Amino acid sequence: MYSGRSRKGGGGIRMRNTVIVTKRELGAYFSTPVAYVFLVIFLAAIGAFTFYLGSFFSRSQADLKPFFTFHPWLYLFLIPAIGMRLWAEERKTGTIELLLTLPVSTFQVVFGKFLAAWLFTLLALVLTFPIWITVNVLGDPDNGVIVASYVGSWLMSGAFLALVACLSALTKNQIIAFIVGSAVSFLFLMAGLDIVLGAFRSWAPDWIVDVVASLSFLTNFQLISKGVIDLREIVFFVSMIGIFLFANTAIVDLKKSA
Amino acid sequence: MADEVLDVRGLTKRFGPLTAVDRVSFAVRKGEVLGFLGPNGAGKSTTMKMITGFLSPSEGTAVVCGSDVAIDPIAVKSRIGYLPEGAPLYGDMTPRALLNFVAEIRGMSKPDRKRRIEEVIDQVHLEEVIFRPIETLSKGFKRRVGLAQAILHDPELLILDEPTDGLDPNQKHEVRTLLQKMAPDKAIVISTHILEEVDAVCTRALIIAHGKLLADGTPEELRARSSAPSSLSVRVAAAQAEQIRGKLRAMAGVGFVEIVGKVAGVAHLTVSPDGGADILARVSEFVRGEDVGAEQILAIPGSLDDVFREITQGRGGH
Repeated sequence: MYSGRSRKGGGGIRMRNTVIVTKRELGAYFSTPVAYVFLVIFLAAIGAFTFYLGSFFSRSQADLKPFFTFHPWLYLFLIPAIGMRLWAEERKTGTIELLLTLPVSTFQVVFGKFLAAWLFTLLALVLTFPIWITVNVLGDPDNGVIVASYVGSWLMSGAFLALVACLSALTKNQIIAFIVGSAVSFLFLMAGLDIVLGAFRSWAPDWIVDVVASLSFLTNFQLISKGVIDLREIVFFVSMIGIFLFANTAIVDLKKSA
Repeated sequence: MADEVLDVRGLTKRFGPLTAVDRVSFAVRKGEVLGFLGPNGAGKSTTMKMITGFLSPSEGTAVVCGSDVAIDPIAVKSRIGYLPEGAPLYGDMTPRALLNFVAEIRGMSKPDRKRRIEEVIDQVHLEEVIFRPIETLSKGFKRRVGLAQAILHDPELLILDEPTDGLDPNQKHEVRTLLQKMAPDKAIVISTHILEEVDAVCTRALIIAHGKLLADGTPEELRARSSAPSSLSVRVAAAQAEQIRGKLRAMAGVGFVEIVGKVAGVAHLTVSPDGGADILARVSEFVRGEDVGAEQILAIPGSLDDVFREITQGRGGH
């Protein structure tokens, strides 16, 4: 018997199981072409957007505004691409039964999977460093704003990921997870704009419209990328991650009694 | 009871209007190998999924080594080794990486991990494939990797859903030998629809159909329930089969006579006694007396297949 520590353990054990799951998930990204395809497309797309659409050089400004402006729009498609497999694939291949009959709690698995995908997006973000070097070579940018924007971008990617992971747990079809993930991500991204708010204004009281508007990923990200790291925006994204991970856990548990 | 490893109490699972498992109760002790028999869709896998904590029961519960799966699922899962139906595995991993992952999650220390992984690789003969991605392995090897991860932590309760499905006869034999070797200090539950497997490894068998537990006993006890405890097979000339059948049927003590097959001018008649009557003497005397071209009389013991069919199809016997 090797079940010594699996009895009701403390926080250290809980975190250890999460780390083991994270390690396996990260390994899964890199043992298939998924990771490399994603990194290449992400870096190529962000480069193209920054230099062509964002007119990085011709603006003659020493900042990364054209670079960060496109992050939310890239995340709209690339985050569902990373997150769609998290649960849908396990359900399709049946490995979810192997995983969930090991002595781990549902939340440990939910958090471990999320963390793996989130660390992977961190890697993608870190690999954009040449553009930071470029702007520092060419001029004298406000590196505080750039750090704040990177932090904001990573937090936003986490909120998108937690949302997509949660939706992935509802289906065994990765394509459905991707499309629904993109669509719902779009709603959250645009929640502060008329395209979404219009649907509420006609019938909902003002306070509901305000609540919906405050859920906008875009607004919150733009506030951070102005360079002022306000606790409010950080709390916003972290709570979004928390809420979606909680929902994810509930969905996985509910499917057991379905 | 002290050595009761698994105690299943009124386990029920409903999927909407369908009752997949209906108040199933049984207990398994250390040293027992329980064969879980039933046609496809009978509720075997669903029952196993509930015991292992993958599905929550609609009613009832399972207790493993004193821990209730509804109350402390982690404790239950740490004591069970489980091979799910179809042996699902992460295809992108190698067997060694998968075993290492399972060993880590099960909280084995590094030296234990190394030692046990070597041991199980040896036990299920995975040496030649340990560094190949699982998705490239044959069905037989996949099944063995699934078995390896189930026995890795030397669990007190082993639950295997069709462990020999897809294996060739040699591999089946190996798995059965392995189970027999592990049996004395574990409780083992295997589901199968291969009846010879029950004779080969099981000390006890349960028969389940439409979610209900229909029979529980040793293979011998179940065999004794056959409606044809010792029927006779009589080989006769095909041309006279019908005529002889009529005469046999009229005989005292004979229940029913069935023409089993007519091949190459020879027919086989299965003669079943009515109740427990011993008809061998009478039938052989009759056959000797008539010039019917009867060449052979064989006594057929009740077979598990018959019992299985009768019980699961709800036939009370003839």
